[in-house]
Parts: sequence; C-alpha cells; structure tokens
Amino acid sequence: PLNLSHAQRHKRPSTTLYLLCAYAHSCVWSPQEADGQDRLGLHGEGEADMEGECKAHTPDMPPGDGNTPQCLNRALEGLSSRWKNWWIRGILSLTMITGFFLIIYLGPLMLIFVVMSIQIKCFQEIITIGYRVYHSYELPWFRTLSWYFLICVNYFFYGETVADYFGALVRREEPLQFLVRYHRFISFTLYLAGFCMFVLSLVKKHYRLQFYMFAWTHVTLLIVVTQSHLVIQNLFEGMIWFIVPISTVICNDIMAYLFGFFFGRTPLIKLSPKKTWEGFIGGFFSTVVFSFLFAYLLSQYQYFVCPVEYNSETNRFTVECEPSDLFVMQEYTLPATAQNLLRWKTVNLYPFQIHSIALSTFASLIGPFGGFFASGFKRAFKIKDFADTIPGHGGIMDRFDCQYLMATFVHVYIASFIRGPNPSKVLQQLLALQPEQQLSIFNTLRNHLREKGMLPPAVGLKV
Amino acid sequence: MATLSPPRRVLSVRRHLWVVLSLERELDCRQSRPPISLQGSEAEDRVKRDGGVSDSECRPDSGVPEVPVATDDTPEVLNKALSGLSSRWKNWWVRGILTLAMISFFFFIIYLGPMVLMMIVSIKCFHEIITIGYSVYHSYHLPWFRTLSWYFLLCVNYFFYGETVTDYFFTLVQREEPLRILSKYHRFISFTLYLTGFCMFVLSLVKKHYRLQFYMFGWTHVTLLIVVTQSHLIIHNLFEGMIWFIVPISCVICNDIMAYMFGFFFGRTPLIKLSPKKTWEGFIGGFFSTVVFGILLSYVMSGYRYFVCPVEFNNDSNSFTVDCEPSELFQLQDYTLPSVLQSITGWSTVKLFPFQIHSIALSAFASIMGPFGGFFASGFKRAFKIKDFANTIPGHGGIMDRFDCQYLMATFVNVYIASFIRGPNPTKVIQQLLALRPDQQLHIYNSLKAHLTERGLLATQEEAA
Repeated sequence: PLNLSHAQRHKRPSTTLYLLCAYAHSCVWSPQEADGQDRLGLHGEGEADMEGECKAHTPDMPPGDGNTPQCLNRALEGLSSRWKNWWIRGILSLTMITGFFLIIYLGPLMLIFVVMSIQIKCFQEIITIGYRVYHSYELPWFRTLSWYFLICVNYFFYGETVADYFGALVRREEPLQFLVRYHRFISFTLYLAGFCMFVLSLVKKHYRLQFYMFAWTHVTLLIVVTQSHLVIQNLFEGMIWFIVPISTVICNDIMAYLFGFFFGRTPLIKLSPKKTWEGFIGGFFSTVVFSFLFAYLLSQYQYFVCPVEYNSETNRFTVECEPSDLFVMQEYTLPATAQNLLRWKTVNLYPFQIHSIALSTFASLIGPFGGFFASGFKRAFKIKDFADTIPGHGGIMDRFDCQYLMATFVHVYIASFIRGPNPSKVLQQLLALQPEQQLSIFNTLRNHLREKGMLPPAVGLKV
Repeated sequence: MATLSPPRRVLSVRRHLWVVLSLERELDCRQSRPPISLQGSEAEDRVKRDGGVSDSECRPDSGVPEVPVATDDTPEVLNKALSGLSSRWKNWWVRGILTLAMISFFFFIIYLGPMVLMMIVSIKCFHEIITIGYSVYHSYHLPWFRTLSWYFLLCVNYFFYGETVTDYFFTLVQREEPLRILSKYHRFISFTLYLTGFCMFVLSLVKKHYRLQFYMFGWTHVTLLIVVTQSHLIIHNLFEGMIWFIVPISCVICNDIMAYMFGFFFGRTPLIKLSPKKTWEGFIGGFFSTVVFGILLSYVMSGYRYFVCPVEFNNDSNSFTVDCEPSELFQLQDYTLPSVLQSITGWSTVKLFPFQIHSIALSAFASIMGPFGGFFASGFKRAFKIKDFANTIPGHGGIMDRFDCQYLMATFVNVYIASFIRGPNPTKVIQQLLALRPDQQLHIYNSLKAHLTERGLLATQEEAA
C-alpha cells in the first residue's frame, strides 16, 4: 500500500501546474517531432526544457540510442549522427527479418512460442506505460492482478484452440478430457476469482486509479491477446496465411518509408507529419506487386500451404497434405486490354495470388491507420517509444502497431471467403447430440446427398 | 474541429481551466454537504461516509473534476400523496412503490416478449455510462465523439444480433435472398463497419485533445464489453427457454431485497469497507432465503410449457412458438432423500424437477457473487464521485443501478448452460454440415451411419450406400 507521508504527498506538483504544463506542452509541440520514421534523428529540442517542470505527468523515456550495443557504436563512430542512426536501424531491420525467416524454418511450434512471447512483451509494455501515466506502480495488488488476468484470458483462448486442433490427443488423456469438457466453466471461474480479488483490493484513497488500471488492463487484453490468438488461428490454416500478411505489412512499412524518403512532398495526415501521399501510394503499388510475387513463391511448397496438423502417432506437428484448390495452378484468361499489352492469352496463376492482392490492399490502405492510432496514443501520453527493447526501433509494440488489424482481417477473410467449417469439429458435435437428433440429421443429410447425386437414389420403400 | 486560431484556442482552454480550478477549490476539503434529495436510507450513509473524507482524497485526480450531484426527480403526484410523512418514511414508501411498479412492469414485459426489454435496457445502460464519461472528462464537446460512441454501439449490436438471428432463424434467413447474403458474409460486414468507425476515430484525433479522445475510446470499448456482451448473453439464455431468463433475474432481485430486509432487522456486523451498510447477517440471511425462493419459483414455473420450452421460430406461421415436449430437466422425478433428511421430515422420497437442483446452483451464485457486482458498481460510483448512475427511476437512480448485480449472472448462466445442460444446437450442426464440401459430407455421412448402426438406431435397410 502507498505509504507516502503527509509531506511527501503534498510535495507533488499540484493539479494546476500539471494542467498548465500539459496545455503549454501540447501547444509548443513542434511539427517536426519524431514520428514513426525517424525516431532517433529528431529529438525535439523544446522537449528537454519542458520535461523538467512537468515531471508530474510526463513519463520521461530516455532516448533510444543509449541502448545500442557497444560493438555497433564502435563500428559506426566515424559517421555523422544521422547516418549512424540510419545504419543502426538498417542493421537491426535486417537482423529482425533474418530472425523471422529462421523461426519459420524451425517450425510451427516455435512460431507459436514466439507469438506468445511477443504477446506477453507487448502486454507488459502497454501496462508499464499505464503505470507511469497514473503513477500507480505501487498500487496494492495491481501488478499481480494484471498478470493474473493475462494468464486467465490466455488460458481461455489457448484451451479452445487446443480442444479444436488436438482432438485426438485430448481424447487419450483423461485429465485433459475433463479440462476440455468444462473448459468454459473453469475459465469463467478463474476470471471471477480475479474480479473478486479486484473488488476486495479496492482501497479508499485510490478508487479512481484502480478503476483506470482495471479498464486499461482490459482494453490491452482486448487488443493484444485477441490479435495474437487470431494470428495463431491463421497459422493453423497454413503457414502461408501467417507469413504473407506479416511480410506484406513489413514491406509496406519499408516501401512507404523509402518512397517517402526519395519522393516525399505532400503531407498525408496532421497526426504523422512525416508521412506523405507519395510514400503512401508508392508503398501501395509496390506492396501489391511484392505480395503477388511472394505468394507465387510460397504457394509451391507444401510446408507453407498445408494446414498444420498434429499427428497423434508420432506426437509431432505435420504439414503434409494434398494442396487445396487454392494452391493449384490454374489458367486465367486475361481481359482484352491486358491481352493487347502483354500479348499473352492466358496466364498461369495460383488462385491464392488473387487473394493476396486483397490482403496487400488491406495492408497498405488500412494498416497505416493502425500506425496512426499508435502515434496518436504516444502523443496523447507523451511518450516517444513504447519501450527500449530493440535499439533503433523502440519496443516490440512499435514494430507491431501496424499489424493490429491485419490479423483480424485475415481471420475474418478466411472465415468468410475461404474456409468452411472444420469437418472433424462438426463430427464431434454430431456425436454429442441426442440419438433422435442424430437420426433426424442423418435423414436430412442423406436426402441432401441424394439430391446432389453423391448417393444412389432411394430404391423401393422410404424408411 | 481545428478551426480556431491558436490564441482563441488558448483562451477557451484557460476558461476551461478556470472552471476546473473553481470546481476543485469548492471540492477541496470541504465537508460534503448532504445531497439535495435524500433518496432512501442509503443516502444517509453516503453522507456519513463522504463526511469522513480526509484531505488527501479531497484533491481529485489531476485533470478529472467531479460530476455535479443528482437532483430530486420524484414525480409531483407521489410527492403530494406522501406529503404528510416524515422524510425517512416518505423515501421508504417511494422506493417501495417504485419497486412494485418495476416488478409488475417486468412481468408485463415477460408476457409481451423480453427481447425488446433487453434491447431497451442495454441501450439505456450504455447511454448512462457514456454520459458519466462525458461528465468526468468534460468531453461533451469533443468533435465527433458522441457520434462515434453510438456508432460503435450499433456495430457491436449488429454483430451480436446478426449471429443470434443466423443461429435461431435459420430457415427464415435461407428463404429471403438479401438476408442470406447478409448472413453468409456477416462477419466480414461487421468487421468492415467496425473498421470504418476505427478509421473515423483516427481521422478525428485533434491535436489538443489526444489524451481525452483516447480515454473516451477506451471508456466506450470497456462499456461495450460490459453492457453489450451481457445483454447478448441474456438473449441467448432466453432462447433456451424463458425460465432461464426469469429465474436468474428473479434470484438476483430477491437476494437484493432479502439481504436488505435481513440487514434492516438483524444487521450488526459490517461486511466490507466499500459498502458500510451491508452486513454479514444480511448476506447470510439473503443467501438462505434466495435459495429457498429459487427452489419454490422453479417448482412453480417448471409446470408451464410457456416458460420451459425453447423459443422457436415457426416458418409456416411466421411467429414465435413456445411449444414442445418438455425435456427431462422439467419432468418430475423421484429423489431418495439422504437418511438425515428422512428422519427429519419423515418422507423417504421426494418429487422434484431436476431443474430445481440446478436452481440451487444459480441462486447460490446470485447470493455469493451478485453482491460483488454491486460492490464493483459502488466502487465505481465512489471513484467518480457520483451518487447514482442517472435519474431515470425516482427513488432508485438509473437503470444501471438496478442492473449492477446482474453483470455476472447472465454470463454465469450462459456458461452453466453450455457446460452442464445443453449439447450443441442441432440446427446449427445441420447448417455447418450443409456448408461443407460434398466429399467431406460423404465422409461424415458414413461415419454417422456407422455410429448409428452400432447404436442399433438404424435398421439394416435394403439400399446399402
């Protein structure tokens, strides 16, 4: 519990001073303030003076370059500050991309593990910001409660996934069967326990703070955990549904930056002054082309295309199957205009490439809104980066802010346009029904299949 | 939006600041004056509690001034009728009359059809909480924000009700062409609608008000999470059978009333610092009386089909029907009493509906966890220094005040049904079956046939597939 003495409490700057600072600060916020593109280079000069007086509510994040490893610093000490930062960012970008491909090579299990760790790190970053904004680091119980809610929600989501995809494994083990059958009830009980702990932990002086942190935790969970869960669901459809969206967003980031750097002139939105229309449009077209080619490249390999399945005999994940229609080359007749241009009549494409155009369009048009949202968030709470995990880039959240909506979009896209229901799940549900219901469904199905000609027609009497 | 030139903007900010400061000075360490209307005995203890505030609580959190106190809203007619009585008993009567009015209204709505009730209630609750947010943050004039909050409410409601309609009105949906397309791409359409709202929010961010706007965004989403999901789950429970809607809500209401009565007559030991008027005697007395009430109410209701049957939509008559063969849960069965009870009551078996056993679980939850929802709402009201959520119901405050204990009940009932009672919905399973590819359907057909033949339900027929 907060044990500040009376004197200490009154030492904090009063509300008036805070409000004055905040308004003054936002008035002089320079339009050249570092945005998403060039964090290290333009550290606003005006900021330093204001920070001293406004310690009350403005969390003081140290600049990113304090975190650069010594070896990089030495190697680049000859260059000017701006190019040095460019090089640091470039090297780290390449490192991250290589790391990404390495993890893909290691397999789906590793990917799941990586997604989970990223999710935990993002959650931690956002919650830490909340603590700083509200000075609530010493609130009784609160750190425990935030992590407890994270564990609960993760347990709920991953339990559902496990129950769906590892049906065979679950049926073998007795305790797992019990956990799966009453999964929702158990998750709800765990959540309730957290809720009761929150209510019991309400302390007279800190009601509002505690409610703020409660809401902050829930909104963070809503954003971070649901997204990561959907990413994993997409992964199980086939690694290509995981790799292509993420690569598309990364490519859009990089391409928009490059186009903006070389051709940028017209500002795009007041929120992020460094973004330009030229970067936006150039990024859009180059991303569509990139994902078109990348999809072509990946569609050929079973490793990427097949749904991830768990083989109960060998106790491992297998990615082997007959590729679905989506990944079988087909001939498309070009429309007349394109025919004149290219002098080809037909072209061999994977149907997935058409879908990838939709995915990349979304990534280029709506992805940046996720970035603007994160920029607005950082402006609102006057922080430069979410954290300092990656030198030159800020925290994990900074890298993943454009991915917010992408995972949900891909999931909704798959559910609406690609995949039907999961047959084993349907069978599972069928076997759980009452016998009369099963019989009636059986008859309906039989008539349906007969109509479709999949079953020989009824001979003689109807049953 | 950003149309004011900088100097004028600073001026309006300064005016804003002055309002905040003057409110703050007024609030700072003054003895809390009694609220303008004493509505019920709860108000007295609120005065007692607020009076004991120390100076460090007087200073509100930076930048977040308090909400003005609610005013007396009792209708004139009641005032005149009760003008003779002393102030305390007058409030008792006002509360009592309104309680009876609400309970009768509740049964009337049950007769009409509860879905409308739930929709109205959830919209009103949402409105109340959002209004509190506006008052707390003085954000009533934020550009776009009122529009955006209602837009998000519409989106989320569209998503949830669309899913419900698709599930339960499957045949109706299949018949009408536009409905079919809407339901097939339902998730995609809902997601697009939500995205539009999200983009509008990002585009509406105004330089001086970033933090406020993010706060309101967060506030809206948390409110949606609480209010809309709960009301959606209530509707789900309703479709299982009206009894699953009536019994939980009645148990919570009964617990409220019984705990109050027991606390009033026997109350001595305080229960929790957050709500000083609650007592252990009230809590325990309320628990036992609610369990008994639940058993009796479910006994009464299990006899009628109107309450027990799942609500279904009849395509031929185009209306809702509640007609079915009651499931095992609602058929009288003999239970052998344990020997302890046998010696007390002298009966060896007792006829009960199995549902009555379930109702014990429901009422136990209502008595034990329901109050936590109430404490949560009390803490919320203390945190934002408001007396009631709104003034919709004289003597009781807003709609949220009445429904605060129901927060968790709806979710619990839904989870309970899903875990212990209901299997999958057959119509939904057929739907999914018909959406599969033909070869998958054939595969399932064969598996099902093998399963049914094993069970002996399928006689061997002349046409072997």
